[in-house]
Amino acid sequence: MSVTVAKPGEVRHNYLNAGDTVLSWLLTTDHKRIAILYLVSVSFFFLVGGLLAGLIRLELLTPQGDLMTSENYNRVFTMHGVVMIFLFLIPVIPAVLGNFLVPLMVGARDLAFPRLNLASWYLYMAGGLIATWAMVTGGVDTGWTFYPPYSSSYSTSQVTLTIIGAFIIGFSSIATGINFIVTIHKMRAPGLTWFRLPLFIWAHYATSVIIVLGTPVVAITLLLVVAERVFRLGIFDPALGGDPILFQHLFWFYSHPAVYIMVLPAMGVISEVVSCFSRKRVFGYHFVAFSSVAIAVIGFLVWGHHMFTTGQSVYAGMVFSLLSFLVAVPSAVKVFNWTATMYKGTIDLRAPLLYVMGFIGLFVIGGLTGLFLAALATDVHLQDTYFVVAHFHYIMVGGTILGYMAGLHFWWPKITGRMYPEGIAKLTALVIFAGFNLTFLPQFVLGFLGMPRRYHWYPEEWQMLHVMSTAGAFLLGIGFILPVFYLLWSLRTGALAGPNPWGATGLEWKVDSPPITHNFEQTPIVTEEPYAYDNHHEPEEVFSGTGASTTKR
Amino acid sequence: MVQEQAPQNVSLQFEDVHQQNESYIVGMWTFLVTEIMFFGAVFATYLVYRVANHTAFWEAHLRLDIPLGFINTCVLLTSSLTMALTVHYAQRQMPKQQLLWLSVTMALAMAFLVVKGFEYHHKYVEGLIPGPNFRFEPAEYFRPAQLFFSLYFAMTGLHALHVLIGVLVMAVMAVLIAIRHSSVQDFIPVELVGLYWHFVDIVWIFLFPLLYLIPR
Amino acid sequence: MKGVQLLPEQASTFASQVDLLFWFLVAVTVFFTVLIGALVVYFALRYRRGSTASRAGAKETDLRLEISWSLIPLTIGLIVFVWAAKLYASAYGPPPENALEIFVIGKQWMWHVQHPNGIRENNELHIPAGRPVKLTMISQDVIHSFFVPAFRIKRDVLPGKYNVVWFTATKPGKYHLFCAEYCGTQHSRMIGWVYVLEPADYEKWLASGGEARPYATASGAGTMAGVSTASLKEAGEKLYTQLRCNACHGATDGQRGPTHYGLFGKKVKMRDGTVVTADEEYIRESILRPLAKVVDGYEPIMPSYEGLLNEERVLQLVAYIKSLESSTKVAEVKP
Repeated sequence: MSVTVAKPGEVRHNYLNAGDTVLSWLLTTDHKRIAILYLVSVSFFFLVGGLLAGLIRLELLTPQGDLMTSENYNRVFTMHGVVMIFLFLIPVIPAVLGNFLVPLMVGARDLAFPRLNLASWYLYMAGGLIATWAMVTGGVDTGWTFYPPYSSSYSTSQVTLTIIGAFIIGFSSIATGINFIVTIHKMRAPGLTWFRLPLFIWAHYATSVIIVLGTPVVAITLLLVVAERVFRLGIFDPALGGDPILFQHLFWFYSHPAVYIMVLPAMGVISEVVSCFSRKRVFGYHFVAFSSVAIAVIGFLVWGHHMFTTGQSVYAGMVFSLLSFLVAVPSAVKVFNWTATMYKGTIDLRAPLLYVMGFIGLFVIGGLTGLFLAALATDVHLQDTYFVVAHFHYIMVGGTILGYMAGLHFWWPKITGRMYPEGIAKLTALVIFAGFNLTFLPQFVLGFLGMPRRYHWYPEEWQMLHVMSTAGAFLLGIGFILPVFYLLWSLRTGALAGPNPWGATGLEWKVDSPPITHNFEQTPIVTEEPYAYDNHHEPEEVFSGTGASTTKR
Repeated sequence: MVQEQAPQNVSLQFEDVHQQNESYIVGMWTFLVTEIMFFGAVFATYLVYRVANHTAFWEAHLRLDIPLGFINTCVLLTSSLTMALTVHYAQRQMPKQQLLWLSVTMALAMAFLVVKGFEYHHKYVEGLIPGPNFRFEPAEYFRPAQLFFSLYFAMTGLHALHVLIGVLVMAVMAVLIAIRHSSVQDFIPVELVGLYWHFVDIVWIFLFPLLYLIPR
Repeated sequence: MKGVQLLPEQASTFASQVDLLFWFLVAVTVFFTVLIGALVVYFALRYRRGSTASRAGAKETDLRLEISWSLIPLTIGLIVFVWAAKLYASAYGPPPENALEIFVIGKQWMWHVQHPNGIRENNELHIPAGRPVKLTMISQDVIHSFFVPAFRIKRDVLPGKYNVVWFTATKPGKYHLFCAEYCGTQHSRMIGWVYVLEPADYEKWLASGGEARPYATASGAGTMAGVSTASLKEAGEKLYTQLRCNACHGATDGQRGPTHYGLFGKKVKMRDGTVVTADEEYIRESILRPLAKVVDGYEPIMPSYEGLLNEERVLQLVAYIKSLESSTKVAEVKP
């Protein structure tokens, strides 16, 4: 990475030109540079995961397994899941946008523990490389869920290596979580009370709490699988005296909240963007903030809804079902509040807002189809079918990735100092939206028809729906490749961005674009409520701002 | 390790030493929460199996050495006291006493590890290490007993690893105190190690009755 | 490419009930998606920058709105919860007394079915329409899941533990049977067909020992029906004698072991004071791990049969022990 802001005579000192040797990047403790390191790494793994998804869709064009063997197909979908979840979706928003923005938004010069932050990237890379190595040396075929006894006693693939990779990535996630919690608790600028915090910060706080509480549980659980696999301990395999259902309890205790680790930060992005481009304070700020916390808390109590068909007692099933309906309420509250934010706003239909509108639509579908799976009677039919596959892709692609795209475009001028090209960015948002729906809407139908997930062969009468889905996947693929080109292109040729091209509120917009190494020349003092768009912050006014006057409003 | 040029060792990201100290304390507590969840998952696993195989676990637990376990409990509890004294003298800027009590704590921690080593060795001699050489009578309880010892070694091993890390950190700290290194000028580093050490003790306080004292 | 299918068949009493709830949820989903989608687009256009629409009275928060859009989803959620839970409790509760009992063993990668009269099938299941069918299922290796979309039922098939599912098929025909829990390389080939027969056809099928298969021509790949000479119970009886179970478990409670006559379904008191219902799971556990639960008044002396019997043979023993009613004559026990 050697991004420098060109324009002779006007090169200001900033974090990007603070050093251009490779070492200055690899040994940096600047949260903004670490964010860039993460940006490059998660983009790489997104590409890997995306190519694997392409292989899955190509194979499913025909009912017979004719493109690859079943062994390979199983490895491909497993690695698609492992790469996308552990190496892309979980870190993507916290480690890229969160890393970049949390200190800026709370008015701090860096995260509380900058070296720990760098260590988290190295752990991520170490885990990522081990997982990649596992992939190259044979791959893994257990599904990303690693259910024993298949994973511990039957699979002959690289289960141990992959789990060790996932284990290490878990620690990278924990390091980020601890850093965010401490920074948000202790390093807020004077005057920045909890209810003056941007909702992006609230979302990241809730996310960090889930990371800190959940990740250790899945880490130890996966280690026990490895122990059983290597030492034949007999913890989960009934043939050795263990209980495979206990694994599922421990696994989903983390892995259900992990869904919220993926989607809560995206919700934080949505709140920022929808408010800025409506030029209005986020409707029901307190409700949106507390709904993040509510999701984090209730999210820990619903894991059993992944296990309705295991023979779980009817009463346990009812409790988990009821709690799952409750967790839907805070999500609904957020959606309604975002919608209400646009009401009587002054709406600027920029690319980030298009992504946000896409997010809202897809997240509503993803959330409501979750009700089918929380409801006991419908879940037993839909469990482990393509309905589930479609549902969680609506949450994770429609939710997390569209949120990430919205945020990446929104803060791109802040990160790079350059504007992205608006026209093609809008077009891309539409392509992604269309491609996504074409890919995953047919999968709801397939799931209702009974198509089980992780199937290499399938009955002929379902081919038409699979063909539609594959066609959509390639449209979606184009949608994700376009930004790589136009965003890179904008680094050289994009219009120079001022400190605040959108006229947004928030401390990050009061400093230079790109910001200086330690963010603020003097500690900002916050005197106003968040999203105070009422009678100032018009983009034109702020365009000429110097970024230095951080203590004034 | 630390920006020595900064006055009072305040890292650049912090406003003042007060903010820095609070951040480190909150950070340590958050880290301990992850540790609790980490051990909590193994404890939960153990309890599920203990309820399911109560008789077998009871039979298996008779093979543990309660006197040695009790001695180790006393050793660790005492080390918590000496660690508290270390922090006490650190807060009063008395490096000599600080060093003394830190060394006692380290000695107790190592004593714990030595006793644990003897226990592990006995288990090895008696063929109680899970795996191909595992032997257990009555044969009917062979499998649950092996599960018990798997969990015993997983839990106490994980704990012993934490003790070992504690010893290493204390050793580094002792050297820094001895050479009057600027990074241990204030009491916060010692306080953090103290928090960690008390946590390690508390884990043992749960481990001992859970593993060694199963009611009939 | 065959014709496009958009709706699954409904072939069990449960199916139509589930579908009603399903379509209700579809209606809810479509309603809210359209509502939110339309509002978002409408606001984006009406209040776009430069439009003259009045912005007067814009609010930052409104408690009544917040409460209503918390309560409305909550109410809908609770309605669906109760609806779905009742339906589930009725379908996944205890099976009716008159249910036809069939045993299913899942293994990588096939379904093995044992009918009480000794008919054995692989990857096929023949059942009569209109009569409840209870499947007692176990896996020989990894976790599988028994899934018949046309019946809207699914139950995981676990190693080491019996799982039960029951249903009443309504419409004669041939339906997909899938393994829904990923189980390894040939997971997607662990499929088969469920044949629902008219009761008369089913009787014919039974009488012919599984040979008279009305849908035989359309059978799926790799399926085959086989008949053993003995019924499940008879095979179990043979094994029972072979293993000399009756040496300790006589016609009445003996010195060394309690009787098996009239055991099934009874509540049994254990040495540790707990009371256990003698179901299939208990009988299986007592054969494989006898000391896990020892009956009150007896010493823990029974040897374990774990590793000596495969799931098929355990099932035969379970079926035989179940069949021993307390009125059965002592004479029937051949030493």
